[in-house]
Amino acid sequence: MSGNDAPRTAGARVNGVGAGSPLLSVRNLTKHFPIRRGVLRRTVGAVRAVDGVSFDVASGETLAVVGESGCGKTTTGRAILRLIEPTAGSVHFDGVNVLSLDRRALRALRRQMQIIFQDPFSSLNPRMSIGAIVREGLVIHRLAEGAAADARVRQLLQEVGLRPQYASRYPHEFSGGQRQRVGIARALSVEPRFIVCDEPVSALDVSVQAQVINLLQDLQRDRGLTYLFIAHDLSVVEHMADRVAVMYLGKIVEIAAATDLYREPLMPYTQALLSAVPVPDPTRKRSRIVLTGDVPSPATPPPGCVFHPRCHHPRRDAACTRIVPPLEEKAPDHWVACIKQPPTVVGDDAQRAAGGANTPERYLPASAVFSTR
Amino acid sequence: MTVPLLSVRDLRTYFYTSAGVARAVDGVSFDIARGETLGLVGESGCGKSVTGFSILRLIQPPGRIEAGSRISLDGEDLLALSEDRIRRIRGNRVSLIFQEPMTALNPVFTVGDQIAEVARIHAGASRRDAWAKAIEMLTLVGIPDPADRAREYPHQLSGGMRQRVLIAMALVMNPALIIADEPTTALDVTIQAQILELLTDLQQRFGASILMITHDLGVIAEVASRVVVMYAGEVVEEAPVRELFASAHHPYTEGLLTAMPRVGRARDRLTVIPGTVPPPTAWPAGCRFRDRCPYAWERCASEHPPLYDVGVGHTSRCHLAVEPERRAHPHPPLVATEVGA
Repeated sequence: MSGNDAPRTAGARVNGVGAGSPLLSVRNLTKHFPIRRGVLRRTVGAVRAVDGVSFDVASGETLAVVGESGCGKTTTGRAILRLIEPTAGSVHFDGVNVLSLDRRALRALRRQMQIIFQDPFSSLNPRMSIGAIVREGLVIHRLAEGAAADARVRQLLQEVGLRPQYASRYPHEFSGGQRQRVGIARALSVEPRFIVCDEPVSALDVSVQAQVINLLQDLQRDRGLTYLFIAHDLSVVEHMADRVAVMYLGKIVEIAAATDLYREPLMPYTQALLSAVPVPDPTRKRSRIVLTGDVPSPATPPPGCVFHPRCHHPRRDAACTRIVPPLEEKAPDHWVACIKQPPTVVGDDAQRAAGGANTPERYLPASAVFSTR
Repeated sequence: MTVPLLSVRDLRTYFYTSAGVARAVDGVSFDIARGETLGLVGESGCGKSVTGFSILRLIQPPGRIEAGSRISLDGEDLLALSEDRIRRIRGNRVSLIFQEPMTALNPVFTVGDQIAEVARIHAGASRRDAWAKAIEMLTLVGIPDPADRAREYPHQLSGGMRQRVLIAMALVMNPALIIADEPTTALDVTIQAQILELLTDLQQRFGASILMITHDLGVIAEVASRVVVMYAGEVVEEAPVRELFASAHHPYTEGLLTAMPRVGRARDRLTVIPGTVPPPTAWPAGCRFRDRCPYAWERCASEHPPLYDVGVGHTSRCHLAVEPERRAHPHPPLVATEVGA
């Protein structure tokens, strides 16, 4: 812990990433989907899918974004690539303001920013051979044509572990793991620097999942790729990620180096999430934090801390229902949104004024600790 | 050993497709004792779900349970029963919980009606009693405001709530056996934890046996006392849960355990099982895992391995049981590894 100094809050220099300028820099990214009702389709509210998300990703790093269905992790990934237009906020890629680009400039930038989708069954055009699928990006971005493009396709297929002679076959002839390799080859064809991996192994069986994870790691090492790795499987994330951002109801509630997060999760939601992972070890019977109820609707998020209705922090009180907790640095480069985990800039006076009676006190139940390394 | 609740012997369920005969389940045998949770684990296409459906005779053409297969519940031969009798066993003495609760529930009836219907069909309960039973069951599975929720339709409930409704339906008749087919796979991890806790708690209170079908070894480790591992339509290993995780014998089980990224482990490169499962229309002769196995030798090509005894209550379909010295000499598997090459 960083002692009694007032913690930094997410601001000028945001959560992590050191002095060098980050490859990707996201600030206050927001995506609200309007809720329309009635014959006039008037907007009567908004689903706050992503609600003021900020983070940096350094070159060559893997930042994982984790959270449960509806937390906004997928929307975050798509909004960064402008596959969905964000409502507000900023995204800078290598210094370029992605949100201000016109269509032409955006298309040029997409060469450097690619995405791999979760579902290897619906993300490949069934009427195109896999060779044509991989070739498409080369042609669109005028990177190669004719025989040179064919040679490049064969090389890419080989690189992702597929036989080059498969180029003339169609997606239905391949297994899930092989299709995911095709998706990876397609993303790599334009030689991107940054890839959003949206649940790339969730649909795969364990033995095949391991093959794809190893492939992604090899490619990162060999090509210096930067990943935004969106996932819900915390075991896979611990294996892949350098840093991890935990999302809940459209907000980042904790962000830290993977080793710190798994050893010392501080946001009560992260603690519950980690303690819920089934451990493949029958001799280790853990007690677990079982959350009551479901995630509230992002159309009507709870006031104050969005997690307060389900929170198990022993110091939780009325202040949590009124004060929106800032994402603040509780330990070096370990950012947490919780006014009951010390240290906090939300002082006792402010908490009392909001109806709180409990002073913050560090809480880290044994069942939430996964890793002691 | 006392008479098991369920006994499956040499179950063969084949599908007669245009691509050939798919031998989805190909000679599977296992027992489930009273009050026990048996884990049935394997990857896509190994035949674990078809095994579960076969027990309740829910196989539709072109699928068929082959002659010579035997399934008995409490000594009663389920495969010999009339369609009418088996229908009375389903949802009564044996019930099924599916992976996807949205498709298993009828969207045009309230959840209360759907639970009450079970009580009316199987117990002949009156409308009023059946409705009271529905509310009692919703309370039992931890649904808040059960009297109000009973009047809601499936789409008004969250995924976790729907799975609770399915469990409530499965428990109405206090079944002796619950077949749970990936009951938590579609759920988020915190909701999964709630549902697994609920299932084990209810099992302790009612003494039902559970056949837990899943691909997730973490779920198996948490709920099962014994595990059956399937690969390519066959049982390849069976063991008490602790023994399976501590000393798996079959190279496939070994591979599954090491291929899993585990929370709390170092960020080592994952061990992979190269290649993929062969198609069910063309299982290889000899050992079906041999192409992907790091120990395979000539015998594995020529001789289909039987289930060898390798410990107390521990069997393995691998010739290493009789030639253990081969384990000391792993080699790259036969499949030209498609990985990175």
